[in-house]
Amino acid sequence: MTAPLLEVDGVVKRFGGFTALNRVTLHVKSGERFGLIGPNGSGKTTLINCISGALAPDGGRILFEGVDITAVAAHRRTRLGIVRTFQIPKPFSSMTVLENLHIPLEYAAHGRLHGATGSEAAAILRVIGLEAKAHLKPGGLTQIEMRKLELARALAARPKLLISDEAMAGLSSAEVDDILTILFRLNEQQITVIMIEHIMRAVMRFSERIVVLDAGERIAEGTPEEIVGNQAVEKAYLGE
Amino acid sequence: MPQAARTLAVGLAVVAAGILIASLRVNPYLYFAGYVIFQYIVIATAWNILGGYAGYVNFGTPAFFALGAYTAVFLIQSIRAPLPVLILAGGLVSALLGLGIGYLTLRLRGVFFSIATLALSIVLQTMIINWEYVGGSRGLSVIRPSSPPFGSYVTFLFTVMVLLAVLAVTAARFIERSWIGRGLAALRDNEEAAECMGVPTLRLKLFATTISGFLLGVAGAPFPYYVTFVEPNSAFNLDYAVNALAMPMIGGTTSWIGPVIGAVLLGSAQQLATVTISSEMNLFIVGVVLVAFVVLAPEGILGLVRRLRGRSS
Repeated sequence: MTAPLLEVDGVVKRFGGFTALNRVTLHVKSGERFGLIGPNGSGKTTLINCISGALAPDGGRILFEGVDITAVAAHRRTRLGIVRTFQIPKPFSSMTVLENLHIPLEYAAHGRLHGATGSEAAAILRVIGLEAKAHLKPGGLTQIEMRKLELARALAARPKLLISDEAMAGLSSAEVDDILTILFRLNEQQITVIMIEHIMRAVMRFSERIVVLDAGERIAEGTPEEIVGNQAVEKAYLGE
Repeated sequence: MPQAARTLAVGLAVVAAGILIASLRVNPYLYFAGYVIFQYIVIATAWNILGGYAGYVNFGTPAFFALGAYTAVFLIQSIRAPLPVLILAGGLVSALLGLGIGYLTLRLRGVFFSIATLALSIVLQTMIINWEYVGGSRGLSVIRPSSPPFGSYVTFLFTVMVLLAVLAVTAARFIERSWIGRGLAALRDNEEAAECMGVPTLRLKLFATTISGFLLGVAGAPFPYYVTFVEPNSAFNLDYAVNALAMPMIGGTTSWIGPVIGAVLLGSAQQLATVTISSEMNLFIVGVVLVAFVVLAPEGILGLVRRLRGRSS
């Protein structure tokens, strides 16, 4: 039995008097497809921010590959292999799609001195299905293409753990399938994926294991089937 | 590296041309005005490393410029240090101030950062006004070293400023084309995303504020010998803040050549207006031109050229 890839151990995050995360503990195994769900304001994005390093937790520890990374800066976590996408796409708008990928290739995947190679960025765009847009600025992309750019850019950072924060919100049913196919394919390449999503159809199909957050607490964990039948989860989403 | 060799050749050619022009000993006013234009090339280039590449708009240019100038005044007063020492020391002290405001970016972004830099300028001016040793509010006369090259100290300072401008522009060009420039562009576009893509945003911002501060201080260090009378109102003049921002905006902020174009155009126009119309016309010209560019060509002359090229091809 190998150690989990990611261990979140009793993480607490407060904003003033509001406790956004109350001793949340979860483990993600290497190669796993992991779902994180919960109603709005349950602390999902806060937890992702703590894992990626954008926020410093007020308590608890975060371990990646058995190493405590609680105090490690966000850009170093990216180099270690924890890469996230954003709920609202945040492209580098002055650069072309291809140049957007050069940043993580240069800064995260290879180290600055080796630089980025154009062929590598092009290969990633082919996998994602954005090669036709390589020389466009992000301003000229559609919503789904923007989401794909987020994923492509995250891939260019060579993730071991990819955190996909609501990559499908606002997309059509066919587009959701499109993104799901990409995520499945990435997972086949040994990339562990944490999916945060409101679209239940997608999370339930994708995840092998799901953790449910509600009001900053972990209220359930299990396979999709177990979660669907869970009383506490139903209550959290629908009320009594 | 033919690229580096060509850069070196162009830089040397500009310096040589400066020396040649200086040795011609034409109308002294030309050197007087030329100094100001080259000084603005340094200032605009320095400002653009932080404002254009990293996207942090600094309204505190006068603070850095004056800090360089007053460091020089202090060293002239205390040990009569030679000009190269003044320039280096002025640069280093302003670089330290730059490092300081770099840490401000941890908490202040966008317009709040700009307001803080404006306040910085006022605080520093108040301190200088109350420091008698460097002249206080009355100011201080500085005696130029005797027997300068080219027969006149202003002509000599003109060649010095040409050299400094070449160094500043070369540095900016190098930064822009290196991994540092690409990282700065990423954090300008989106700081959070840049950090998540492995860009060490804090370190790059500290680098940008420090090098920008250094070059602004370098631009200010020869100032006491140029004017021979230093007082806070001229050293902390609002003109520096406005021009430092307007010149790159007019030329184009995304490339090293933008601030150079802006400084040459606007600097020359101001010098012309000063002698032909009135010295008060300076800021009026900047204001009108800046408004026109922000409305009609927000990406500056470089953006205009790019748009025209795109249309013709």
